[in-house]
Amino acid sequence: MSVQNWTYILVGLTFALYIGIAIWSRANSTKEFYVAGGGVSPWANGMATAADWMSAASFISMAGIIAFAGYDGSVYLMGWTGGYVLLALLLAPYLRKFGKFTVPDFIGERYYSKTARIVAVFCALLVSFTYVAGQMRGVGVVFSRFLEVNIDTGVIIGMIIVLFYAVLGGMKGITYTQVAQYCVLIFAFMVPAIFISIQMTGNPVPQLGMGTTLNDSSGIYLLEKLNGLSTELGFTEYTDGTKSTVDVFAITLALMVGTAGLPHVIVRFFTVKRVRDARKSAGIALLLIAILYTTAPAVAVFAKTNLIETVSDRPYSEMPPWFKNWENTGLLVFEDKNENGTIQYLANEKENELTVDRDIMVLANPEIAKLPAWVIALVAAGGLAAALSTAAGLLLVISSSVSHDLIKSVFKPSISEKGELFAARISAIVAVMVAGYFGINPPGFVAAVVALAFGLAAASFFPAIVLGIFYKKMSKEGAVAGMIVGISLMLFYMLKFKFGVFDGGKEAVDGLSKDWWFGISPEGFGAVAMMVNFIVALVINGLTPAPPMEVQEIVEDIRIPLGEGDAQVH
Amino acid sequence: MKTKKQKAVTYWKKNLRYLLILLTIWFLVSYGAGILFKDFLDTFQIGGFKLGFWFAQQGSIYTFVILIFVYVRLMNRLDKKYGYDEEPSKNETL
Repeated sequence: MSVQNWTYILVGLTFALYIGIAIWSRANSTKEFYVAGGGVSPWANGMATAADWMSAASFISMAGIIAFAGYDGSVYLMGWTGGYVLLALLLAPYLRKFGKFTVPDFIGERYYSKTARIVAVFCALLVSFTYVAGQMRGVGVVFSRFLEVNIDTGVIIGMIIVLFYAVLGGMKGITYTQVAQYCVLIFAFMVPAIFISIQMTGNPVPQLGMGTTLNDSSGIYLLEKLNGLSTELGFTEYTDGTKSTVDVFAITLALMVGTAGLPHVIVRFFTVKRVRDARKSAGIALLLIAILYTTAPAVAVFAKTNLIETVSDRPYSEMPPWFKNWENTGLLVFEDKNENGTIQYLANEKENELTVDRDIMVLANPEIAKLPAWVIALVAAGGLAAALSTAAGLLLVISSSVSHDLIKSVFKPSISEKGELFAARISAIVAVMVAGYFGINPPGFVAAVVALAFGLAAASFFPAIVLGIFYKKMSKEGAVAGMIVGISLMLFYMLKFKFGVFDGGKEAVDGLSKDWWFGISPEGFGAVAMMVNFIVALVINGLTPAPPMEVQEIVEDIRIPLGEGDAQVH
Repeated sequence: MKTKKQKAVTYWKKNLRYLLILLTIWFLVSYGAGILFKDFLDTFQIGGFKLGFWFAQQGSIYTFVILIFVYVRLMNRLDKKYGYDEEPSKNETL
């Protein structure tokens, strides 16, 4: 059977499964819509969190990015996992004890202020929208590559599926579809990785295979070989980086803290029953995420070695069929500069003849390794599961920010339960439409902004929440000032150094890197903006009155697990 | 006999001590071994991995997972000791 048919079957089956789950788990109350009724088991929540977390970027792009960045790719591996330690130790148990529906709920009540809540809603919307547009695009790309529909049609199909289970089921529907999506995506990622690891090293565990000797009885370690190949072609050694240590440090920190501050991740911990379940499910989530995150660097090494060995200095006429297939998509470009008919893949840009899009490393890997058709189709289903699950989680944050934090809490507190549920569904529909629009007409900066969503989350939410829990006397003035200064500084730095807004547009960006503050790139600047948020918050706090006694009592109460309030309508 | 409030305060202090120890390890394996001391650790080798590189792409992640589960156990024990452990819920299984 052809790859195409296998893809139709596997994608069709998984979609039918998601829709079936959505119908079975309809939400009938706002509590079910926002936090799945608050009775999700730690394992189910761990799986849902893992699927929520691992987006199209983790599934499709990350291994490819690492393959080309080598050691520098570690920032993503450490950054996107280390944040869970912060979540489990500093945030999740206390927010669960607090027991409301959304992150702005916590900020608004802890800082006894509507302004604080509105600032938090603004930050949540900014972070979530920048993130979700990229996901819809990812859905479109997978559809177009494997099912040969155009990208726009792909985005619309994806919109309809997400609409169906997010609007119908709310958090309840999303949680149980994410459980299924985790299973699909991890299976789809691991199967090809294990196959290739056996092929190249004889070891079925990719994490170990990456560090063993090659299968060809040469006795050379795989990484040694890749280092050799890289230097031969003029690149730096694979296990060494080109980024400065301070920048690697800053990016890792920004990603970790940003992970812990992302509203769609935090809100997952409102759905479990008890405080101890919140801790445990954070551990389970990271364990399940780590399976993919420790395999990805192995896939990167396998794919890079395979690629170099297959193409470097080989005649173009002898290239296997996958090479031509990917050339057709424009993601692989060969330009015979010296017209000798062989492929020169070199670090030197003037002589290099091969341009490889990072995204194809995971998608083309099974073809490069000559795996069976069903494995290739499985990767398509996995990529879709990753993109859809993350999109749904983000859409829920957007819709609850509007229906719960704006309509119910600020504009129309008298709204009935039914009315609020209706408003939540309408906001979810609108959010899907907006996300779909950006998926079809991506503003040129989407891809860049997705990475920066972490900086924005790090600069705004993380300090406010941590201070709210660990510093009883933190005042509203301090927290609000910190959030506003933090997120504004981050936005300014992004606009200046990522988009060149103040220096004549995108063309100017490359020349600006020498002006980076402390040598830190825009991707890593979230770490600095977060520090500034903390400092501003503490200084202002010193100048303003302490919070009222009842707020300080709330803080004392959330520090103790017993007798947590169930998430209640308030 | 401790008052309710004193009990809560000592419980919180214990918790903060656990946090301090675990977050120190968290910092050391990632920012320490994986970034700041990477070049030094790379002079050692385990199997085909240079040690600093291994910490950055594998070891730190394994440690993160272990840290969370250690915290879960420590806190469950602490909750029990201070009488803050919660009723097992009906859907404990799964």
